[in-house]
Amino acid sequence: MAKFFSITIVLIAIFSAIPILRHTWVAPEDISTHGALIDEQMSETMAEAGISFLAAQFILALFIWKFSNRGPDAKIKSFPGGAKGLVIAALLVVGVEVMALGVFGVKAWANVYLDAPSANAMPIQVQAGQFAFYFRYPGPDGKFGGLHPELINEGSQNIFGLDPEHDVDARDDIVAAEMAIPVNKEVHLLMHAKDVGHSFFVRELRVQQDFVPGLDVSLHFTATKVGKYEIVCTQLCGLGHYNMKAYLEVMSQQDFDNWLKQQAGQ
Amino acid sequence: MHDMSVQAAHHAPPTSFIRKHIFSQDHKVIGKQYYALALFAAIVGMFLSWLMRIHLAWNNAAIPGLQLLSSSGAPGGVMTPEYYLQLMTMHGTIMVFFVLTTAPFAAFGNFFLPIQVGAEDMPFPRFNMMSFWVTFVAFLVLMASFFVGDGPTLGGWTQYAPLNSIGAVGGPGQGTGVVLWAISIALFCVGQLLGSLNFIPTTLDLRVKGMSLMRLPLSAWAWFITSCMGLTAFAVLMPACILVILDHVAGTSFFVASNLVLNDQVLPHSGGSTLLWQHLFWFFGHPEVYIAIVPGIGIVSHVLITNMRRPMLSARVLIYSMGALAVLSYMVYGHHMFVSGMNPFSSLAFSFPTLVITIPSTVVVLIWTFSLYGSKLRINSASLFALGFISMFVSGGVSGFFLAQPSIDIMLHATYFVVGHFHLVMGVAAMFGIFAGTYFWFPKMAGRMMNETLGKLHFWLSFVGAYCIFMPFHYLGMAGNIRRYSTFTDDFLQPLIPVHRFITVAALITGAAQLIFLYNLIHSRYWGKPAPDNPWEATSLEWSTATPPPFDNFGGKHPVVYHDPYQYGVESSVGDYVMQTSPEQVKTEHDEK
Repeated sequence: MAKFFSITIVLIAIFSAIPILRHTWVAPEDISTHGALIDEQMSETMAEAGISFLAAQFILALFIWKFSNRGPDAKIKSFPGGAKGLVIAALLVVGVEVMALGVFGVKAWANVYLDAPSANAMPIQVQAGQFAFYFRYPGPDGKFGGLHPELINEGSQNIFGLDPEHDVDARDDIVAAEMAIPVNKEVHLLMHAKDVGHSFFVRELRVQQDFVPGLDVSLHFTATKVGKYEIVCTQLCGLGHYNMKAYLEVMSQQDFDNWLKQQAGQ
Repeated sequence: MHDMSVQAAHHAPPTSFIRKHIFSQDHKVIGKQYYALALFAAIVGMFLSWLMRIHLAWNNAAIPGLQLLSSSGAPGGVMTPEYYLQLMTMHGTIMVFFVLTTAPFAAFGNFFLPIQVGAEDMPFPRFNMMSFWVTFVAFLVLMASFFVGDGPTLGGWTQYAPLNSIGAVGGPGQGTGVVLWAISIALFCVGQLLGSLNFIPTTLDLRVKGMSLMRLPLSAWAWFITSCMGLTAFAVLMPACILVILDHVAGTSFFVASNLVLNDQVLPHSGGSTLLWQHLFWFFGHPEVYIAIVPGIGIVSHVLITNMRRPMLSARVLIYSMGALAVLSYMVYGHHMFVSGMNPFSSLAFSFPTLVITIPSTVVVLIWTFSLYGSKLRINSASLFALGFISMFVSGGVSGFFLAQPSIDIMLHATYFVVGHFHLVMGVAAMFGIFAGTYFWFPKMAGRMMNETLGKLHFWLSFVGAYCIFMPFHYLGMAGNIRRYSTFTDDFLQPLIPVHRFITVAALITGAAQLIFLYNLIHSRYWGKPAPDNPWEATSLEWSTATPPPFDNFGGKHPVVYHDPYQYGVESSVGDYVMQTSPEQVKTEHDEK
């Protein structure tokens, strides 16, 4: 039975590794300027975690195979080097390995979260509420109007609680249910939640960020490929969570300008 | 360390049925009560997971009879999206609190910690009795939410703010359901605090003559370290739950920010912090992972050594590693919050201790694995589950490499990768620890042997089944499958539904295999072969007393300890081991005082 167990462990380890090696289930192609580093970090981690996983399972299987059900005359012996050797191995091999991953990973994180957006990044505001995203563009004046939560009224389509009657800046603001951005142009996303926690996740853009009710959170990225992508909510926000989504359209600058004009006319 | 003469008999043996079997102060009865509670909770939790899995794989499937549980949540037996979330929340809460904390720590710890240190009982038996009954009431309160108002809360076991504090306007179960959840968890925390307050002095003050700290079995060390964690972690979660209750019933706004709008109405709250809840919850939540798994590490070590017929390469290194895991567990909790909106520099500060925690985890795995080298491993149900634990702990552990890094977490956060990770490393591994402990200690607890053939069958189906369920979760996560979705409507999620169907079939089969265990447990309890005092030829104190142990554990005798707990691979008058209580001197290299 011990030998059968060893074989089972080895087979499970191999079958577990096959989909990884064959890239059966992977993230979609990256369309951001920062994503390559994240993907690289992912591949390196996969290599190190994969080797650790296979090595640990194979050694476990080998020792179970070799040292189970030995006869009464068999002598107990200890692994050469004992515990001290193993602790040193853990510190040197795994310790150095994970620290290296951590240190190199800082850059991938910093590109998204620690570097400030450039001054000419295009601001777009996104508001998350049960169970939809809405996007706001500042219009020709380049300024967002103020928000007045008490004025929010979905029936009259005042999604953000704008007060164009008294607020000049709000008059040309453009509100849309889908997000359009020009390709190769940095976007500065200003995020706020209307009600509870939500999240903004676009797999192709390699961005995920929670909305925090009561806090203004920001995110910046540059999309490099024209196309239509799904924005999904990843923070449990209530019964319609599974269906909270919007589309991101990455367009040429000219298409974007036209889209914006069209939205302004609505 | 105290001499046994210091401990007076804390309480006389009870005579009435109620004092003997229900409101008992005997740590052994309390341990069995905790085990029974965990067993029942595990059945409920597993049943809920079946319902969830069927719904995820076949969204419109009518589950016969489900409408009886909730006519509005499952009209005609077809689950609504909100009912899915409610069942999911209950599954997580029941499993994490009432199974993974209750069984390895409170159940086995209660039964065996006093015996392993040589004590007659815990120092505060009345508190111990309260500990169980408060936990029992906590479970009833949680169960009550199925039948009150619009059902249990749908906010997930993490109950993120402000969804947890805004009341019924947030969705089904967010009013009464959340209040009952918070009351239940606050009570649970009280129960575990009372338990920890007993475990710590039992270990420090009630050890018998000769039982130095380094002569404690590794299981006793694990329960001691866990109780230290429990004392601090539950002490944070309990007040946090009370604040949630106050937000509901007293008009406070601890977790609700100003100017939030639902149904076009500004909520009557202001000034609260939603991130505060996450900090409080995860300050408890990450140590909780180790509260669930450290007892398993101790139990598996104890079981493995007995079946390897040799001590670990170093018990001391294992103890230090468990201690390091406990200390580091408080410094890593922010890795649950990398994309939460907290300061991104904090993410880096939390990332490095998370990466460092792989070192003691690796040391533990290496010590186990390389101690197998040169051993005389006995294969039985207990050792199979202990070895299976190592395999699962490794498989679940390596995915931690990914989640410890904020940059990779951008892609994997809130996906099934996380679900696969924690189910393997703290769910399945901890369950395997519980099973290893059960097959190993059942003879001592019940006085009868379990059926080995059924035990092995149970192992094979569980081991292969658990991999078939939880390994694909990682693949789903890598493809971006978001967790906590009741239906997969997104374009990129629909191609993944066949994988979900495979997982569901595996879950149904693996779940059914647990019925073998249940049958074995119940059948052996009444009709199993009578157990000898020391069926595994083991060395620690629980095997030196009668089976089952008498009321005062050692029948009026005060054991004296002469050896470290794992004197195997020696030549003694009884075989290849020397019991801790045997004065016989044998030649050994392993006595770690």
